[in-house]
Amino acid sequence: MDNILLNVNNLHASINGKEILKGINLTIRQGEVHAIMGPNGSGKSTLSAVLTGNPSFTVTEGSVDFHGKDLLSLSPEDRSHEGLFLSFQYPVEIPGVSMVNFMRAAINAKRKYLNEEPLSASDFLKLMRQKRAIVELDNKLASRSVNEGFSGGEKKRNEIFQMAMLEPLLSILDETDSGLDIDALRIVAEGVNKLKSQENATIVITHYQRLLDYIKPDFVHILYKGRIVMTGGPELALELEKTGYDWIKQKYND
Amino acid sequence: MSENKINNAPAADEDILRQATGDEYKYGFVTDIETDIIPQGLSEDVVRLISEKKGEPEWLLDFRLKAYRHWQTLEVPNWAHLKIPPIDFNSISYYAAPKKNAPHSIDEVDPELLKTFDKLGIPLEEQKVLSGMAVDAVMDSVSVKTTHKEKLAELGIIFCSISEAVKDYPDLVKKYLGKVVSYRDNFYAALNSAVFSDGSFVYIPKGVRCPMELSTYFRINASGTGQFERTLIVADDDAYVSYLEGCTAPMRDENQLHAAIVEIIVEDRAEVKYSTVQNWYAGDKDGKGGVYNFVTKRGLCRGDYSKLSWTQVETGSAITWKYPSCVLQGEGSTGEFYSVAVTKNKQQADTGTKMIHIGRNTRSTIVSKGISAGESENSYRGLVKVAPTADGSRNHTQCDSLLLSNRCGAHTFPYVDIMNETAIVEHEATTSKISEEQLFYCNQRGIPTEEAVGLIVNGYAKEVMNKLPMEFAVEAQRLLQVTLEGSVG
Repeated sequence: MDNILLNVNNLHASINGKEILKGINLTIRQGEVHAIMGPNGSGKSTLSAVLTGNPSFTVTEGSVDFHGKDLLSLSPEDRSHEGLFLSFQYPVEIPGVSMVNFMRAAINAKRKYLNEEPLSASDFLKLMRQKRAIVELDNKLASRSVNEGFSGGEKKRNEIFQMAMLEPLLSILDETDSGLDIDALRIVAEGVNKLKSQENATIVITHYQRLLDYIKPDFVHILYKGRIVMTGGPELALELEKTGYDWIKQKYND
Repeated sequence: MSENKINNAPAADEDILRQATGDEYKYGFVTDIETDIIPQGLSEDVVRLISEKKGEPEWLLDFRLKAYRHWQTLEVPNWAHLKIPPIDFNSISYYAAPKKNAPHSIDEVDPELLKTFDKLGIPLEEQKVLSGMAVDAVMDSVSVKTTHKEKLAELGIIFCSISEAVKDYPDLVKKYLGKVVSYRDNFYAALNSAVFSDGSFVYIPKGVRCPMELSTYFRINASGTGQFERTLIVADDDAYVSYLEGCTAPMRDENQLHAAIVEIIVEDRAEVKYSTVQNWYAGDKDGKGGVYNFVTKRGLCRGDYSKLSWTQVETGSAITWKYPSCVLQGEGSTGEFYSVAVTKNKQQADTGTKMIHIGRNTRSTIVSKGISAGESENSYRGLVKVAPTADGSRNHTQCDSLLLSNRCGAHTFPYVDIMNETAIVEHEATTSKISEEQLFYCNQRGIPTEEAVGLIVNGYAKEVMNKLPMEFAVEAQRLLQVTLEGSVG
């Protein structure tokens, strides 16, 4: 079991006193792709928010081990430095802050955490150029303000670009396919695939099979009412595509 | 600059963000120096004493006395959105000077004083003045040393203390002093005209582009004193100058009064850029101490196609009351005002500009960015006035407020007074808050909250920061970041 990256054990979390996650158990190893599916409101986005330390949510029970670190005790930025990345469902706009300045602050904060010298301006720009190509991101986009005036597709490509820059161990893609046309979806998915390695792992949160045609999962989990109610291989996603979630709802409704 | 402290606390939690300001005011030291200080209080005798100490000619004493008598008839202005505690004008000393006066070379300057300016990062010593910036340094009431004077003199540029100018160029000073800001203008202008001690004088002759930034650093050191400096800048036809002003003060429990006047005259096709980074001591977290900054700044674009541009980054002072203005008299003249005003803790600022369009086809641009944190009050107050003579004049005003807490105030008071139907006047305003989503997004990318706030605030203020001269912009950016450490929430 030496290649376990993430181990979620009986995780409960709530927002404003309302429990959303009701005992999540999940183990992810290096090199794996896990898809998490489920109907609206089942807690998929909450899971990604809780893992990354969004302060709106309170963890009430359970533990999360991230390659030997107690994830829940770390600040959001330290979770990032330890190699956790979230591709946001709705990336926020930060007016006036250029992508270059933003990424430079991010990269250098991580290097500082790892006791490394900050990257020189020229090395940094070289790195940006190289990573931009992975998601076919325009140079112009990189010099614009963070997500400001980006189209839906550009925002998602920008998320994957940031993922490429930060080289995380575990990436969570939260409904990265929502709002994407088929070309943008292909570019984003290809970007994710290029970044896959034997060392890292990916959690793909999605409603639809569509994205999983491009990013092949090793495991598919169905999240319903704050619990993982079913785990299977890629065939489970195909099954859901045919039959919808109704049978899940019926089976697990109490 | 001091290092930025990075606080690794979890983001966005209001309580955590509300925690005490991380960075101490780093200019809060006091220089132990022998000071010639006159007793507290204000009277005709005090005005005469100041004039005598400075060896002034009769006409200037007359000017001061007229101003003093007029001042006595005035009431403290209270129309601004400010709570100003009563000020006892008789408990202030109106003249303080480091004892070793009027040095002729660097060797004659008191070493303690040099250390002070060293700490402030002012390259006073000639050999250090490689940055290409000429500096006039004013400590308490007197100008201590002006650098690069000889080099500027070759071009016919005069850059010296106003006291020297009175002695060496009396005709020029007499011609322009009080012509843009009359001693009758307002309470603090009258007070300054009566007791002003020193300041800078700049004259750029016809057709000369000043090859370096001119800069004045103001420092209040002595306790119980006020600082009343006066700056006069004249750009003759086709001249250009970029002028920078910086200021700091020691941390003291009592409030100190700073009431300055800046007058600028811009002749035909001339251009003046005036940049300020104001960082007077702002008082402590509870609002104790700090400088009262009551300043009258105005420029007269007298010449056709002349241009005056004010850029200010205001982060200090307990109370700020200032409205750098442009009187656009010459045809086709242009006035600009770019401002970032930051208030935190219990600071109060009421600042903005006046654009007075008199000439035909005059243009003005106002970009004001207010940032309020803590329990501070931050107001923009601006006037756009178009006279009946100002055919085809245009103004664009953009007035933004950024709130960093739930307990601060941001206000805008835009006055528009249009008496010419061909004028086009536009006003845009926005109010925004740094959102928790923005902070969390930055945190998730590994950027700690403090640094994220700095990034976001600098992004917000970028349009103004870009107007600052390069050397200043970096310092101002860092200042903005340091000033706001720990003040979100």
